[in-house]
Amino acid sequence: MRIVAVCGVGIGTSAILQVNAERALSRLGLTADVSASDLANVADAAADAQVILTSTELADAVRAAIGRSYAEIIEVVNYFDVEEIAGKLEASLG
Amino acid sequence: MTPLPPLPDTAVVLGAQVSDWRAAVREAGRALARSGAARVEYADRMIAVIEEFGAYVVIAPGLALAHARPGPDVRREGLAVVTLADPVAFGHPHNDPVRVVIGLAASSAEEHVASVAQLANAFNDQRIVGRIARAASPAEVRDLLGLAAPAVDGAVGA
Repeated sequence: MRIVAVCGVGIGTSAILQVNAERALSRLGLTADVSASDLANVADAAADAQVILTSTELADAVRAAIGRSYAEIIEVVNYFDVEEIAGKLEASLG
Repeated sequence: MTPLPPLPDTAVVLGAQVSDWRAAVREAGRALARSGAARVEYADRMIAVIEEFGAYVVIAPGLALAHARPGPDVRREGLAVVTLADPVAFGHPHNDPVRVVIGLAASSAEEHVASVAQLANAFNDQRIVGRIARAASPAEVRDLLGLAAPAVDGAVGA
């Protein structure tokens, strides 16, 4: 399974999301390859991903960028809330 | 794991008086410049990121992580912490108003992931933003974030 964390510039915020997604997955007992991407490269980065994590602010831009990819876009409000991320991943992957 | 860069006193501004989010990000840019992590122009690029992509940098209630891509205006990886006397809105639907701005300068995308993980450790405690907002000294901010003071305060040697 592949998960991509997306932010505007591909550093900083997406790295935090990547790290906390990994923590959320381990809390759920799941393993996945989690990577970070900027918006400009999300189409490539998410080509074989099941889930894209990003903020509500960027969700529409991500949706437009990935076109017909089947990846599900999960919008995260609080990047530091591992429970929020775990809950949303569980709902999506469960 | 790559340790987080130290947080010198010069990279901390407590109780900044700012009128809007741009001024708040500029404070973080000035702090990064003072500590030697970035040139002053880096602030313009941090502002441009928010103008282009929106207020997604407000990644938790009350907390903005201002940053831009690595570039020639980044001299080395660095962090700055700015607390605001009066919170300002960045335009985020859930996490406004912002009380704490963290400025991040990264010299390469790969290098900083591990150090950001360490930052995430501190912030996984949901009470930390309020505690930083009320911090009375740079040393208290360092303690809360688990950051070191540089060996000699001021500009850190390369």
